[in-house]
Amino acid sequence: MQLTLWSYEGPPHIGAMRIAVSMDGVHLVLHAPQGDTYADLLFTMIERRGQRPPVSYTSFQARELGSDTAALVKNTIQAAVDRFAPRVVLIGESCTAELIQDQPGALAQGMGLPIPVLSLELPAYTRKENWGANETFYQLVRGLLKSRVPTPGTERDLRKGGARPLANLLGPTALGFRCRDDVLEVTQLLESLGVGVNIVAPLGATPEDLLRLPEADFNVCLYPDIADQACHWLERMFGQPTVKTVPIGIGATHDFIAEVGRIAGIDVIAIRDPISARMPWYSRSVDSTYLTGKRVFIFGDATHAVAAARIASEELGFTIVGLGTYAREFAREVREAAKRYDVEPLITDDYLEVEARVADAHPELVLGTQMERHIAKRLGVPCAVISAPAHIQDFPARYAPQMGFEGANVIFDTWVHPLMMGLEEHLITMFREDFEFHDGATASHLGGGVKAGAVSLEPALASSDMAVQPDATLMTWTPEAEQELKKIPFFVRGKARRNTERFAQERGILTITVETLYDAKAHVGR
Amino acid sequence: MTDTAIVSFPASGCDVSSVTLERGQRQVFCGLAGIVWLHRKIQDAFFLVVGSRTCAHLLQSAAGVMIFAEPRFATAILQERDLAGMADCNQELDRVAAEILERRPDIKTLFLVGSCPSEVIKLDLAKAAERLSAAYRGRVRVLDYSASGLEATFTQGEDTCLLSLVPELPPLADDERSLLVLGTLPDVVEDQFTRMFAELGIGSVHFLPPRQSTAFPPVGRGTSLLLAQPFLGETARALQKRGATLLTAPFPFGVEGTLGWLQAATDAWEIPVARLHEVTAPAVARAQRGIARQREILVGKRITFLPDSQLELPIARFLSRECGMELVEVATPFLERQLMAPELALLPTGLRLTEGQDLERQLDRLRADRPDLTVCGLGLANPLESEGLRTKWSIELVFTPVHGFDQAADLAELFARPLVRSSLLRV
Repeated sequence: MQLTLWSYEGPPHIGAMRIAVSMDGVHLVLHAPQGDTYADLLFTMIERRGQRPPVSYTSFQARELGSDTAALVKNTIQAAVDRFAPRVVLIGESCTAELIQDQPGALAQGMGLPIPVLSLELPAYTRKENWGANETFYQLVRGLLKSRVPTPGTERDLRKGGARPLANLLGPTALGFRCRDDVLEVTQLLESLGVGVNIVAPLGATPEDLLRLPEADFNVCLYPDIADQACHWLERMFGQPTVKTVPIGIGATHDFIAEVGRIAGIDVIAIRDPISARMPWYSRSVDSTYLTGKRVFIFGDATHAVAAARIASEELGFTIVGLGTYAREFAREVREAAKRYDVEPLITDDYLEVEARVADAHPELVLGTQMERHIAKRLGVPCAVISAPAHIQDFPARYAPQMGFEGANVIFDTWVHPLMMGLEEHLITMFREDFEFHDGATASHLGGGVKAGAVSLEPALASSDMAVQPDATLMTWTPEAEQELKKIPFFVRGKARRNTERFAQERGILTITVETLYDAKAHVGR
Repeated sequence: MTDTAIVSFPASGCDVSSVTLERGQRQVFCGLAGIVWLHRKIQDAFFLVVGSRTCAHLLQSAAGVMIFAEPRFATAILQERDLAGMADCNQELDRVAAEILERRPDIKTLFLVGSCPSEVIKLDLAKAAERLSAAYRGRVRVLDYSASGLEATFTQGEDTCLLSLVPELPPLADDERSLLVLGTLPDVVEDQFTRMFAELGIGSVHFLPPRQSTAFPPVGRGTSLLLAQPFLGETARALQKRGATLLTAPFPFGVEGTLGWLQAATDAWEIPVARLHEVTAPAVARAQRGIARQREILVGKRITFLPDSQLELPIARFLSRECGMELVEVATPFLERQLMAPELALLPTGLRLTEGQDLERQLDRLRADRPDLTVCGLGLANPLESEGLRTKWSIELVFTPVHGFDQAADLAELFARPLVRSSLLRV
């Protein structure tokens, strides 16, 4: 059993729902008890979709368990096919149905339906939402295309008559983080390179569209969490190469352009950043100097976390103090990135563990999911959201991609606005005892939000102070030194206390004075 | 899933002669959703769901979009090794319970909450609760109940939770009288009713669930039981078995419901009706003034209730009788005929009343009826709005103070707001 307060991902059948909801002409029948229909609201409330998810539930109850649940499954499938006339039907089960082993997939296969029926294996007790989405998309692509795989050695017959190269954009889904706008941005970016988009899938695709996937020259694996299996299979079966760079950030966008150029065989050397790419200049602008070395903690899905780390380090000049993901399937990518930035990778889906690590790292900015936003709020640290699980605020009305040049602009604004402006920060440091202008105050342009934050941070720091304090009974701080310590910004105060005490202990100093504090500061540096 | 039958209603003196029974897909939460308000009401209790990742995900999603207060609930997620018998579920549960109680030393009652998967694998949570109670004796009381969707529909989760408290209630001395109000009420409403009962001379008054799990109300032969929520039939029966007398009353929504509800208590205490009217007159007048403003918006408007919170009948009665709305269809997840008898008697003759749900057929009827307002769950609201139907989320009815005189206008306003909004918008 795993104790869970908040979870980053739902069960795998939610992933299957995300694929069905993304597409047109696909219907999912879920063998699931009453109550599992809650999942509809994820799409209709969080994403504000105006259509019900194309999902039918068997809604079985206790009284049915002893009797004929097989008939219930078959009736539900038949009713869904009759009513919604899908061109493909997916059959899945939720956690409880998995236990009663009705084999709804086999039942559906035996019904002789006039449309393709795809049975999904969604192991609810070992796997999670993104795995479910990845698997469902792969099974759907494979199921529809496996009879069309050319025999090995067949020459690919593409780009007749000098037509421009075509790409598929794979991986965007319903409930995905900014997928809607990323698709638009990447489509425009490819257009500017002379590459056309063949199919975007699963978001907005039909089963017929999936049949046309092999017509593209290559695939762009836009969201590896969702599409890496499908891309891999298409590469092996249809010889379609995969563009693997995810264009989040200026550097990654340049790399993406280079990779597309290489794979599509087009010259991209002359491609210049569009005039609207303001992020590089904004970051070089003098007012951004104060961003230098800001301590940032990053946590999210692997793709967005790794991309955020690169932007933070190379494009904003932050210092990375933590990097992690809840996506165990992509732990390797995050471990490699963590090595580059010399931090311990955090691979966990335990919210409490993330909370402890964030508190421990004393970041000045948290880049995370909605969960980390909550953690940051409690700790009184600014936060920007970079990744799913999605929240209603992650579906803004305005155009707000993460990818491409406009994505970099959006990221600059989103990450920098929660921070205190440079001069304001100086003033706070200079006049630390001003009653309105204190540690607990948030940036003035953000209004009175997080007043309680600094208060709730103190116990967390106090307890971590205790843990490292080597001999608390012997070592004392003079009142003046304690007073001086309070003038240090609160997010590094715990660390300053620990460093000073360690410094004192190593030198056998029992009374810490103001002098000791500054000696330690000079010794440790920042 | 298509077996629809017309069942004749028992001759209980009410004027509703037929109920349509439906079965099929249900668009409703399971009993776990009750934790969202119960954990806020009982401030020293913790709810540990023993279930799957789906249960954790549901709890997280149920309260609208995502709630983020320090939760006094959590899920012990069953994993492959628990199911395969590689891990001893009881040991695992002990470990998880210890972890929670160490983190939250302020917790006095721990509920082990059963789910669909824990029911199907027949995990004996009663035995686990007994064992843990012994282990934490004197510090934490450990109870168990099932909120599984196999058994409990949405608000019924409160019924199974409160049912688990009944054996814990201390006995009421044989020579004492007490009024027990059953069902979660917002604290502000509880305080209003407490003041009103005191003024009427009814005492002592207790509430179940209590705000602190250490302040359990006593129950015995001198207990008169008044239901504040209509979904608590099992708990009511268990309390009756412990000697309580169930007072027959409409539910305290609107002026008429609240007055009838209070009168059931004053009758039991043999307080003259004149005294009831004297005490309640100022509140009744206030409520009527408030309702009158909303009535102007609601009168003549047609409303359909999809089956969801189990509050459909009493609220339909209020909207029809006090706000002048026309009831197109009132559907409810299940019909507790005995508890609902006073409400049924007040509902109009020939009402289209549905028990249970077959979602697609219900939506077919809804689209044919096109009422001015549809009361439904969160999953359906936006899709219906995009079809041009105005909706009201049923979950707001369990999250908002709507009982009693001073909330009657607020209750009406909940239904008026979507109509007002739609008349305001020009986009």
